[in-house]
Amino acid sequence: MDLNLNAPHSMGTTIVGVTYDGGVVLGADSRTSTGMYVANRASDKITQLTDNVYLCRSGSAADSQVVSDYVRHFLHQQTIQQGQPATTKVAANLIRLLAYGNKNSLQTGMIVGGWDKYEGGKIYGVPLGGTIVEQPFAIGGSGSSYLYGFFDQAWRDGMTKDEAEKLVVKAVSLAIARDGASGGVVRTVIINSEGVTRNFYAGDTLPLWHEELEPQNSLLDILASAPAEPMRI
Amino acid sequence: MSSIGTGYDLSVTTFSPDGRVFQIEYASKAVDNSGTVIGIKCKDGIVLGVEKLIASKMMLPGSNRRIHAVHRNSGMAVAGLAADGRQIVARTKAEAINYEKTYGEAIPVKELAERVASYVHLCTLYWWLRPFGCGVILGGYDRDGPQLYMVEPSGISHRYYGAAIGKGRQAAKTEIEKLNLAGMSCREGIVEVAKIIYSVHDEAKDKAFELEMSWVCDESNRLHQKVPEDLLNQAIMIAKAALEEMDAD
Repeated sequence: MDLNLNAPHSMGTTIVGVTYDGGVVLGADSRTSTGMYVANRASDKITQLTDNVYLCRSGSAADSQVVSDYVRHFLHQQTIQQGQPATTKVAANLIRLLAYGNKNSLQTGMIVGGWDKYEGGKIYGVPLGGTIVEQPFAIGGSGSSYLYGFFDQAWRDGMTKDEAEKLVVKAVSLAIARDGASGGVVRTVIINSEGVTRNFYAGDTLPLWHEELEPQNSLLDILASAPAEPMRI
Repeated sequence: MSSIGTGYDLSVTTFSPDGRVFQIEYASKAVDNSGTVIGIKCKDGIVLGVEKLIASKMMLPGSNRRIHAVHRNSGMAVAGLAADGRQIVARTKAEAINYEKTYGEAIPVKELAERVASYVHLCTLYWWLRPFGCGVILGGYDRDGPQLYMVEPSGISHRYYGAAIGKGRQAAKTEIEKLNLAGMSCREGIVEVAKIIYSVHDEAKDKAFELEMSWVCDESNRLHQKVPEDLLNQAIMIAKAALEEMDAD
C-alpha cells in the first residue's frame, strides 16, 4: 500500500447546504485525508464566520482555512463599523473576492449559509473558480457527484426545519457510503431567526445503504466474535 | 471679527486662544451666503430642493446643477462653492462604488454619510489644505428606509428629519418644523419644499433663481431622480400662488 503521508491535507468531502422555511441547514462529513491516510476522522468542516453565518469548506484544508480566517476578520471589522451583524450576502461576496482574486493558487470550494433580518436564510455556493451562486440548496466536495440525482428527486421548496435536516443527514450518509474520500460522522448546523443549533450524528448511527458493511469499533472485535479457524490459502 | 490682525485665522492648523479654528468658520460663511438648500424626510422617501441663484441670464436653464446623483439610491444637494461640491460628489460616488465592489450590496446611507464626513473633515487637519467651502445634504434610501444627512465644512454630520443650509436656512427651518413630516408623502413634500424655497427667496435683494428638485421614494422605485417636470411645474405654480396670497394678506 502506498501511503504518501507528505501529500497535502485535503478534504475529499461531502458538504451540503439547504434552505428551508425560515432558515438554512448546513451539513458535512468529517474525513480529512493525507493521500490515502485518514489524518482526522472527526474534523469540523463547518466553520463559524459570524454569529449568524457559517461556511462549509472543501478541497485543500489549508487554503479553505486561510480564506475563512480572512473573511472572519473582515466580517468582524464590518460588524463593528456598521454596528449590526453582517449579512450572508456580504460574507459570500468577501469569500468570492478572495477565491476569485487568488484562483490560480487556491484549491477550495465553499458553501456559505446564514440567516439575516433582511434576506432571511440564504445559501451561496462559491466553487473553484470564484463565482458566487445563490441557490436554494447547494452540494459540494468529491461526494457531491453521488448526490445530484438524489437532490433533484428529494429537494422540495418550503420544507420544515426537521425535513431539511433529515434530508441533509441522509444525503451526507449516502455520499459517505459511495465516496471513499468522505466518511466519519455527519455534522449539521441549523441557522434561523432564533440562532444556531449544531448537531452531531455518530458514524455508527447513520443509516446503512445498499451493500454497505456494518460499522465496527475494532478489527479485534471481528476476530474475537468469529471462531478461530485456520486461514485457507 | 475681533481676531482680525491677530494671525490666528490664517491656517486650519492653528487654534485661536479661545479654542476656535477660524478658517472653518470662514468656510461656513461661504455656505451661509449661498442659495438655500433644503431636504426633508417624508413617510415614503426624501425630497431635496435647491434655490439655484442664476449668475447670468445668458446661462442655459438646467446648467450648473446643484443636485447630483451619487448612487442609484441616493442624491446630494450642494450649498456653497459649487466647484468644491463637485469634489465631494466625486468622492461620494467613489466610496459608494468601492463599498459595493467589496461587500456586494448597496452602501447604507449612514455609512456613505460617515465616509463623506470623514473626507470633509480630513481637509480641516492639514495646513496645505483648505476646508471645503460647501455643505451638502445627502438623501438616500436603503434597506432600513429613507434617510437624510447633512455634512458641514467642519466635517460634522447629523441625521435629520428636515435640514436646511444657505442664506434662507433659518426661515426654512422654521417652516420645516411646522410640517407634519411623518404623515406626508413625497408627492405632498415636493409642494411644501417648493413653497418654502419660494417664500425664503427675497425677490428684491436676491438674484433670479431656478428651483431644482429631486427625490428618492417609493414612487421613484427608490431611485434618486429629478422630480418629474409636470410635478415640478405644478409645485412651482402652487408656491407662486401661495406667495401672492401671503402678499395680499
